[in-house]
Amino acid sequence: MGPVSATAYAWQLGECLLAIALAPLFAGWVGQCRAWLQNRSAPPLWQPYRVLRKLFHKDAALATHASWLFRLAPYAVFATMVVAAAIVPSVTTELPLARVADAIALVGVFATGRVFMSLAAMDVGTAFGSMGARREMMIGFLTEPALLMVLFSAFLAFGSTALPRVVEVVLRQPHIMLHPSLFFAAVAFVMVLLAENARLPVDNPTTHLELTMIHESMTLEYSGRHLALIEWAAWLKLFNYACIGFTLFMPWGIALHGAGPGLLALAIGALAAKLAVAGAALALLESVTAKLRLFRAPEFLTMAFLLAVLGLLVHLLLEV
Amino acid sequence: MTDNSPEPNDLHLPANVAARRVTVDAAHWLADAQRLRDQGAGLLTLWGTDDRDRDGVFRVFAALLLPDRVVVLEHALAGGSTVYPALGHLFPVAERLQRAMYDLLGLRADAGDCRPWLRHGGWPESIFPLRRDVGATQNYAIHAKPYPFVPVSGDGVHEIAVGPVHAGTIEPGHFRFSVVGEKVLRLEERLGYAHKGIAKRFDRQPLQEGHRLAARICGDSTVAFSWAYCAALEAITGTELPRRAAALRALALERERIANHLGDLGSLGNDAGLAFGLVQFSRLKEQLVRLNHDAFGQRYLFDYLLPGGVVIDLGARMIRSMLEEAAMLEQAVPALRAIFDDHAGMQDRFRDAGLLSPELARAHGAIGLVGRASGIARDARIDLPWPPYDVLQPGRVLRSAGDVAARVQVRFDEIMDSLRLCQSLLQTLPEGPGLVPVPAAPPGRIGLGLIEGWRGPVLIALETAPDNRVRHCHAHDPSWQNWPLIEHAIIGNIVPDFPLINKSFNLAYSGHDG
Repeated sequence: MGPVSATAYAWQLGECLLAIALAPLFAGWVGQCRAWLQNRSAPPLWQPYRVLRKLFHKDAALATHASWLFRLAPYAVFATMVVAAAIVPSVTTELPLARVADAIALVGVFATGRVFMSLAAMDVGTAFGSMGARREMMIGFLTEPALLMVLFSAFLAFGSTALPRVVEVVLRQPHIMLHPSLFFAAVAFVMVLLAENARLPVDNPTTHLELTMIHESMTLEYSGRHLALIEWAAWLKLFNYACIGFTLFMPWGIALHGAGPGLLALAIGALAAKLAVAGAALALLESVTAKLRLFRAPEFLTMAFLLAVLGLLVHLLLEV
Repeated sequence: MTDNSPEPNDLHLPANVAARRVTVDAAHWLADAQRLRDQGAGLLTLWGTDDRDRDGVFRVFAALLLPDRVVVLEHALAGGSTVYPALGHLFPVAERLQRAMYDLLGLRADAGDCRPWLRHGGWPESIFPLRRDVGATQNYAIHAKPYPFVPVSGDGVHEIAVGPVHAGTIEPGHFRFSVVGEKVLRLEERLGYAHKGIAKRFDRQPLQEGHRLAARICGDSTVAFSWAYCAALEAITGTELPRRAAALRALALERERIANHLGDLGSLGNDAGLAFGLVQFSRLKEQLVRLNHDAFGQRYLFDYLLPGGVVIDLGARMIRSMLEEAAMLEQAVPALRAIFDDHAGMQDRFRDAGLLSPELARAHGAIGLVGRASGIARDARIDLPWPPYDVLQPGRVLRSAGDVAARVQVRFDEIMDSLRLCQSLLQTLPEGPGLVPVPAAPPGRIGLGLIEGWRGPVLIALETAPDNRVRHCHAHDPSWQNWPLIEHAIIGNIVPDFPLINKSFNLAYSGHDG
């Protein structure tokens, strides 16, 4: 790869901004689909932006015992999600940052966000914060190996751990997608996505029952701009996960190195179309499943891990 | 009653069901309670009255529910004493009732837990609001003291304190969990946050208006409470309720049962993460309360009943609408039931969660819906039928598994049975007046109203004062019996299953706190 041009940095910046701007819209779309599937009249697509505006206009109330960690965490979590968005090729593979961090580093970036969130939740010392942090760590230590296994089986098929490289490989040789191991990996990835993003059946993003919460109970003590950043980071995380899924399993439409503005516009259109389909599918999945008993979540995630390992084995036995 | 010969102190008690009133001394208070318990009685409620203005004593009353009658034990505390024999060793529910009686009236049981129950520091320790020399309009500075919860110690045991302010808009209650990891070792409830002083408010109310206050004791059981009040007053005054009025009241009561069960089933679906269930059941419930509004002028029937009958009669058009609605629900509810029953994820959450075994339920005197899901076949509409249930023949609903799934099934079964009762009432609505005048009540009389609401038997004990006013009115919600049972049902379950288990009981805060 040659030296990085100024345009590449512009692409990089543009892609981050696009992710930050689009993430609430994607969350709004999922919410809208959920409402339709439940025969409710849906909130507008831009409802998450309204929520952000409302929260940024409010004062942030802090617990008296809150330390600097508690105040820092929303910014840290938001920053990790932006870094993740910079690594994932959602519209273009022209990402200078992706050269220094591959997908395994990406898992680490997500873990960093999780650690900040959990520490901040425990910082104030409420029962709910520690309870949520505890549960989040339990889910986290089960999803991380499963996610790594998914990535490994994909990388074995594509021959690289750098996500832009994966896209290039697939777009140049589309038949590579016919590997059956990728099917196992895709199913496992969806399961990890649900668990990592506090969606049903592992967590319920719309619940008001504090005792059942995982992600939400960690955010109970936050308000104002802090809460806005945490919500935004959660939407970014969902957006990032969706884009990782697109990169690995349906990269068509992503603009390759050296693409012009026309192709880039096409890439954005393709991303929007993929997000629309993925959001609707997520809402459908969430509408037909009940929440798992908390101690069934490990079984669910073990299943994801198992599927990813199966994908790996299928690749090694059948595809090499 | 033939099984024990009436003694001079064994009096007929005006009530809508078979009831006796037995005046006893301290020794007989215990002995009679013991004897009645051996005959299968459960303690329904305890209350006390300040009669120092009349004959210089306090009185305590215990209402016991037998399979075929209610017996009220009445014990005058001799010589201005404020101590009476505790019943907690016979009936576990007595513990909290005794604590509440001390908080409100200053009468102390001679044994058992003596921590406050309803008093949260809103009035001083030395003030007992239900005493006649304490004003009802007095304001006190709040002095809340820490409440001594029972500590649990051990390796890795810690506490989770939940409420009284919750993340959602729900009623106030505090739950103190002692847990290891996610497993619940012990739960202790703290209630009383919704205490409004209703018993004090009843003091000197005109008898003809008390039903309006009774209807507001517990909003989701408003028909049951207002009927219980009206029944007590009608029994005292000897008012013969026209059969049409009785049928319309029963219609309102069954509609209240259906509405609450529909709402609960939706919430149970939602608590298991299936929002689809919430939306569908909420839609059905909303249609039902809207028809209530069209037919009775109110969605939740707060002022539909009044002494002597009901406010609005039902026209032919509304009868037709209600029959159509019942036919619609008879289609829609089984369809949703099939979805609940066939949903593996839901059934996994419901089965074996919050288990209340029949033995435990019997030992602790579970009543109402919760009891019927744990094998206790008690339903006042069947066991002690009052008009129109004497001819209506409600079906007996019974499950014995005692888990969340059983309480869900009881709700489904009861909806179907109540729909049948509603149709039967609407098709054979007797002719006649819907309202008759109630004469003035003589002073110093006590009457009972016992109505099987959707949670279980609701009881109102009414005592009259001169000038057709209330001297004392004690209201009892069946939640008193069933709240302590959640503490047992949760043991061994995990913390995130508590909301589902709690919802499957769905007990009253307002009705309990009074």
